[in-house]
Amino acid sequence: MTAVTQPAIHEPLPRKDAPVLDLEKIRADFPILAERIHGKRLVYLDSAATSQKPRAVIDAIVHYYEHLNANIHRGVHTLSVRATEAHDAARQTVQRFLNAADTREIIFVRGATEAINLVAQTYGRTHVGAGDEILITAMEHHSNIVPWQMLCEEKGAHLRVAPIDDRGELLLDEFARLIGPRTRLVAVTQVSNALGTVTPLREMIELAHRQGVPVLVDGAQAVPHFAVDVQALDCDFYAFSGHKVYAPTGIGVLYAKRALLEAMPPYQGGGDMISSVTFEKTTWNDLPFKFEAGTPDIAGAIALGTALQYIGKLGIDNIAAHEQDLLAYATAKVGALPGVRLIGTASHRAGVLSFVMDGVHPHDLGTILDREGVAIRTGHHCAQPVMDRFGIPATARASFAVYNTRQDVDALVEGMRKAHEVFA
Amino acid sequence: MTSELGELYQEVILEHSKAPRNFHRPASANHEAEGYNPLCGDRCTVYIDMDGDAIREIGFQGAGCAISRASASMMTQMVKGKTKAEAVKLFEQFHNLVTGKDEAAKAQDLGKMAVFGGVSNFPARVKCATLAWHTLQSALEDKPDPVSTE
Repeated sequence: MTAVTQPAIHEPLPRKDAPVLDLEKIRADFPILAERIHGKRLVYLDSAATSQKPRAVIDAIVHYYEHLNANIHRGVHTLSVRATEAHDAARQTVQRFLNAADTREIIFVRGATEAINLVAQTYGRTHVGAGDEILITAMEHHSNIVPWQMLCEEKGAHLRVAPIDDRGELLLDEFARLIGPRTRLVAVTQVSNALGTVTPLREMIELAHRQGVPVLVDGAQAVPHFAVDVQALDCDFYAFSGHKVYAPTGIGVLYAKRALLEAMPPYQGGGDMISSVTFEKTTWNDLPFKFEAGTPDIAGAIALGTALQYIGKLGIDNIAAHEQDLLAYATAKVGALPGVRLIGTASHRAGVLSFVMDGVHPHDLGTILDREGVAIRTGHHCAQPVMDRFGIPATARASFAVYNTRQDVDALVEGMRKAHEVFA
Repeated sequence: MTSELGELYQEVILEHSKAPRNFHRPASANHEAEGYNPLCGDRCTVYIDMDGDAIREIGFQGAGCAISRASASMMTQMVKGKTKAEAVKLFEQFHNLVTGKDEAAKAQDLGKMAVFGGVSNFPARVKCATLAWHTLQSALEDKPDPVSTE
């Protein structure tokens, strides 16, 4: 194996774990971490795909079905009132979590993917026409590419892509240059799921707004890792998935500024989203219900509220500090292994360490690590254009959550050494 | 290495993955097909030179993991000179072997390729082992679209 020259890594030197979080206690909050995988301790380093769930979230789902279950916004009976109140409370928790101005700006959806599709199908279809442009970046997840491609195809519009450099950083000048008179929407990620890059979102939003262009933010990989304030960002749309932030799968959030939501046509038609229906005319319900047709995932929304409260209890800034420490430690340890090349070395990263290993395909590495109890993601991470940009078919990706420790990183490094031995 | 891992990454598999045979496009190739594993991004192109019903020459190119490269490499050695029907039958046996359906397959016509029996302990890797075979089948049938393992 030959050593590969590393690009400069602008990370703080590894330091001691932040003492604020009691990691042993936190790990005990996540029942699945007690699982044995092939007889080994589970080292879960795939939280960017989906996070594990704390006992409080699992209990919230059970509690809902055991004590509250009824349909919401209907019926005068006690259970329906309880369920409606719990669902409303969850929406308030999300509002506070994002620091949105109003609970009516919080739309429950299935996940970030549905949130982005909702905007493409409603705002997009009414504001984007032939010859118009939508601007994204070269490090988007497929979920922030394909809905726009479908819209462009339908409308005869064009998708523009702001490029990134070899470290995985957005070229801000190029991005600014690509915002033109035909740009109708900018849709960008806050954190790249494949590279870990944190984008300069404030500057990007300001550049877009200067030209009167609204901005959608894919925050799926951001909300688990640091505080997000949609008012401070001044973004127009913000999408995230519950399951990446310690909540169950199947629930997510679209935040949008109220004026935009008021003007947008509904997404899906059905119950709950109407205020009156006759065969001649139907009038839409008020926000947020206009965008929530049909009986929602009530238990999921409530459990999402519980997950965000769990984060609040630990303190998102404490989580951010702990994860930054882990990322710096992992970057140093993994980056020092012979023949390893880090993919994504931006100055500001969060949650994700992507890499390739000389002579060991990511898929083989994933299998060998799995036998050591270490779970990582291997493949293109639903970001094939990113892989093409770096001229590789796939990477191995270790991603971090609050329950990970330096011991987890050490297990990863040890597993990588074993893989190196097998393929040397 | 655990025994299951050892069974998966047998010496002959590692050796073929590092130095794959017939890793080129034969000049005489008159059929080809592309295979793709969307799960891991592995790609494989199989080229064949058919002489009537017989595979006169075969090669492959692409990027993939050790299992997919070794499987492709050993497959090209194995099916060279075989008829289309024989190749299809070998694929069937190979598929049974890697999915753990047919232990007896090891003793049949697969010869050296029986080393892939270890794959049956790793269900997530079956697609890696069969990518080249799916692609070969597509080339034999002259399918115009790339074959996908999904």
